[in-house]
Amino acid sequence: MRPFLLEENALFRGLYCWLGANEGNRGFCTPEGEALARDGLLPLGWEWLAYGAAGLALVLLLVNAFLVLVMLYTYMERRVMARFQARLGPNRVGRFGLLQPVADAIKLLTKEDVAPTGADRWVFNLAPIVMFVPVLLVLAVLPFGRGSFLADLNVGVLYVVAVTTVTTLAVFMAGFASGNRYAMFGAMRAVAQLISYEIPVVLSIVGVLLLARSLSLVEIVEAQRVPFVVVQPLAFFIFLAGSSAELNRTPFDLLEAESEIVAGYHIEYSGMKFGMLFLAEFAAVLTTSGVMATLFLKGWEGPLLPSHLWFLIKVFGLAFLFIWIRATLPRLRIDQVMGFAWKFLLPLSLVNVFVTAAEALAWDWETMTPQQVWAMGGINLLVGMVGVVLFSHLVRRPAPRRAARARAAATAEEGV
Amino acid sequence: MPLRTEPVTVNIGPQHPSTHGVFRMRVTFDGEVVLDVEPVFGYLHRGSEKLAEERTYTQVITLTDRLDYVASMTSNQAYVLACEQLGDIQTPERGRYLRVIAAELQRVASHLMATGFLLNDLGAFATPLMYCFREREKVLDLFEMLCGARITMTYLRVGGVFQDAPEEFWPALKRFVAEMPHYIDEYEQLLSENEILLARTRGVGVLGTGEALNCSVTGPVLRSTGFAWDLRKVDPYEVYDRLEFEVPVGEHGDNYDRYKVRILEMRQSVRILEQCLAQVPSGPVRAEVPQLYRPPPGEAYGRVESPKGELGFYLVSDGGIAPYRCKVRSPSFINLTVLRDLLVGWKLADMIVTFGSIDVNMGEVDR
Amino acid sequence: MYGLGILNGMLVTMKNLVRRPFTVRYPEERLPQHPRFRGQEFVWYVERCTGCASCAKYCPLGIIRIVTHPGGADLPEGDSYAVDVFDIDLGRCMFCGLCVEACPYDALFMGSGFEEAQYERGKLVLTVDRLKEAEKRPSTWFRPQLESRGYSPFRDPPLPWELAGREGWRYHLPQRPGSGSEAGPPDARREEAG
Ligand code: SF4
Ligand code: SF4
Repeated sequence: MRPFLLEENALFRGLYCWLGANEGNRGFCTPEGEALARDGLLPLGWEWLAYGAAGLALVLLLVNAFLVLVMLYTYMERRVMARFQARLGPNRVGRFGLLQPVADAIKLLTKEDVAPTGADRWVFNLAPIVMFVPVLLVLAVLPFGRGSFLADLNVGVLYVVAVTTVTTLAVFMAGFASGNRYAMFGAMRAVAQLISYEIPVVLSIVGVLLLARSLSLVEIVEAQRVPFVVVQPLAFFIFLAGSSAELNRTPFDLLEAESEIVAGYHIEYSGMKFGMLFLAEFAAVLTTSGVMATLFLKGWEGPLLPSHLWFLIKVFGLAFLFIWIRATLPRLRIDQVMGFAWKFLLPLSLVNVFVTAAEALAWDWETMTPQQVWAMGGINLLVGMVGVVLFSHLVRRPAPRRAARARAAATAEEGV
Repeated sequence: MPLRTEPVTVNIGPQHPSTHGVFRMRVTFDGEVVLDVEPVFGYLHRGSEKLAEERTYTQVITLTDRLDYVASMTSNQAYVLACEQLGDIQTPERGRYLRVIAAELQRVASHLMATGFLLNDLGAFATPLMYCFREREKVLDLFEMLCGARITMTYLRVGGVFQDAPEEFWPALKRFVAEMPHYIDEYEQLLSENEILLARTRGVGVLGTGEALNCSVTGPVLRSTGFAWDLRKVDPYEVYDRLEFEVPVGEHGDNYDRYKVRILEMRQSVRILEQCLAQVPSGPVRAEVPQLYRPPPGEAYGRVESPKGELGFYLVSDGGIAPYRCKVRSPSFINLTVLRDLLVGWKLADMIVTFGSIDVNMGEVDR
Repeated sequence: MYGLGILNGMLVTMKNLVRRPFTVRYPEERLPQHPRFRGQEFVWYVERCTGCASCAKYCPLGIIRIVTHPGGADLPEGDSYAVDVFDIDLGRCMFCGLCVEACPYDALFMGSGFEEAQYERGKLVLTVDRLKEAEKRPSTWFRPQLESRGYSPFRDPPLPWELAGREGWRYHLPQRPGSGSEAGPPDARREEAG
């Protein structure tokens, strides 16, 4: 296990030394830290507090920077969405409407916070928090740039998968505790849909892991000689579709299907609790894009530009893809959604794992020649296309139409 | 221990994003499956038929605007046709052509709205809706040129239309007729082949021809079952007998066919407009009808093919300045009679889509 | 098939991304209105109005309230009624324009604006004073004489009462010479009728 970034971070060290430098840990302090204060503010024996405070400050910084990004993203989503729909989008508050998220936040904060009488108060109030926290937790292992990460867990991918699954619980809590039937529909759909899509998503990551031979996100980035999307196109597609479903965005936004169950699980929420649920969804888009960029697009690596910028470019590029899909597609029905997961994505991801495993046995990813890499990409693309064609026959259901025609003919006979 | 489940009853509406107004359905669900539907009407009841007895014949036109407020022109048309039958008034040629132009523009606008909202019900995040509204906006601009209003026209009068179209109307209409097919192509490219749309609408909410006829369903809903019944063809009013157009029909009577029939009808409407542009004669647009119109005692039934189906006005005159009785046969209301049969057994999501594909307008349902 | 339809649809949305949006920033930019637009504030010329109350009778909702008294020294020649009250309740008006159609003296016109929102219903009533003082930008709706002259309420200066009529204003002609010739061509239908 690598050391935490925390202890290498200059900011952390500086803060730590400023607060708690003393004879014992002088060696740990950076020269800047020493220059800042020869002795820390805290007395001897309180280094732990300095450590905690410095760590907390760093985390706060990161989280807030991320939240600002999320706000920017909400603006981007609304603006780009509007352009897709040939309208202008928010353009009033600030220049080009850039302050719109701030205005929204102020509006939500000043709204009355209503909880329905029939609601389970504790669960109802807890749900937005449970929704939001996992999204932030993912940040802990995400490498944002060259050497910038909070922690390099050797089970990073597993951690991401485990943490994001908690969202399911939050959605169910929100829907169940509201005591509203629409919300209940949303909650039921959430459980069915989110759990089903977890499986193909995880299996699609397995292909990446087989090539990278590591579960650490940092090592996965470093293992990508070419972006994994080239050699794992099918996995990328499955991950994209699956995570769309987990983020409940169209075509899989059944949880909050506005035209059907009004707003699904957050129908009863108001004020900032609603804001939290909403923000959590938008934040999840960003973190998922981050995970996707890390797994498939070589993370922060890229020529010329600084690594952090590359990461941001990739994340926002993927977010744009999500917006584009959302702007175009109608929604599937619940049985079609489930069918799509179990009959289409799951077999496809199994095929992908199988093929990739065979390839990983035949070739060694690290010592492959570029030609072999491209051949592998070609094979996988072909397998993917054949798989899509084959398995799409499973999800298409011609039967009802035929039955319907028979029924129509029958009524026509007796009716006319 | 086996799990016990029980059906839940949910009120869909009157306040619901996709009940197209204030329609209410008390639906019993088993999980997601619809067990029973009980439509509840009347949230938008304004007593238009009774009010019409208190108004002069011309004033009633303003009431018909508010029946199907996304297709006021055809509502006006059905009413003034009934009035003209009462007094046996001959509308001048140019007036008739203007009425047909207005009605066909209105059909395009109404079908655009139906398509857009159907896609909204399907969950497409307002994108097709905005595209449809963009073109509807052009129709409304044309209406503004004709009569100064965009929704509640009050354009038609007994014996014609209230005023001739301004000069700039004709080039604008020409441009519209030239552009519209491209936009319809664009909708088709966006929607007609979309796998999700196909999966959601094909074979869903199937209506048989016999069932439809038994329930006196009319309009695109009837035509989608494969039954070519269009009043413009079977009982030509105005100048439709001089215009060439086809009556597009569906095959299966499912949601997809209803969507498709509307798209095809828009193309036909554009075709009609094209011919009208070439044929429209000069001359007066309005017959000599006194402002206080007093038809002789009698009764009349005027009907038109509105975008939603057969819209009829049954008028009884006692020789006074106001109709003695005015009954509206509103297609939206009658098309809803098949609703329960279409919905039971399907899922919640299908229910919304099927309801959307029937394309009702609550102003007309409740009157 | 196989998602190609979806990709095709995504091309359409992409095409629209680069197109110019069709909405505008409303108060700064406005969509062009046609001169026939039936606006909210009415244009009423006290000089032309005889207080005949045809408009009030013709209104389907009966929301025009007119009170007149006979005679009066300050009246234009030929006018025998002075209009004391001429209220239009915009809160109930549906802008159908039937009142304008009914006015035999071309004294009442639809307005051309649409920004009459108020915080109280009471303020929606257009009183006779407001109507008198308002800037006269009449819609050309049902006023062929304005239309044939190419008048546009949005482009042209406010219209004085002498120019608004359908024919030379017989009763007022001695007082305002020259106004008759500038009026538009007579409306055939109306001349035949009366
Ligand atoms: S516009 Fe119509 S409703 Fe309004 S005052 Fe005139 S006649 Fe009455
Ligand atoms: S506005 Fe016209 S109709 Fe109304 S009272 Fe005056 S002259 Fe008569």
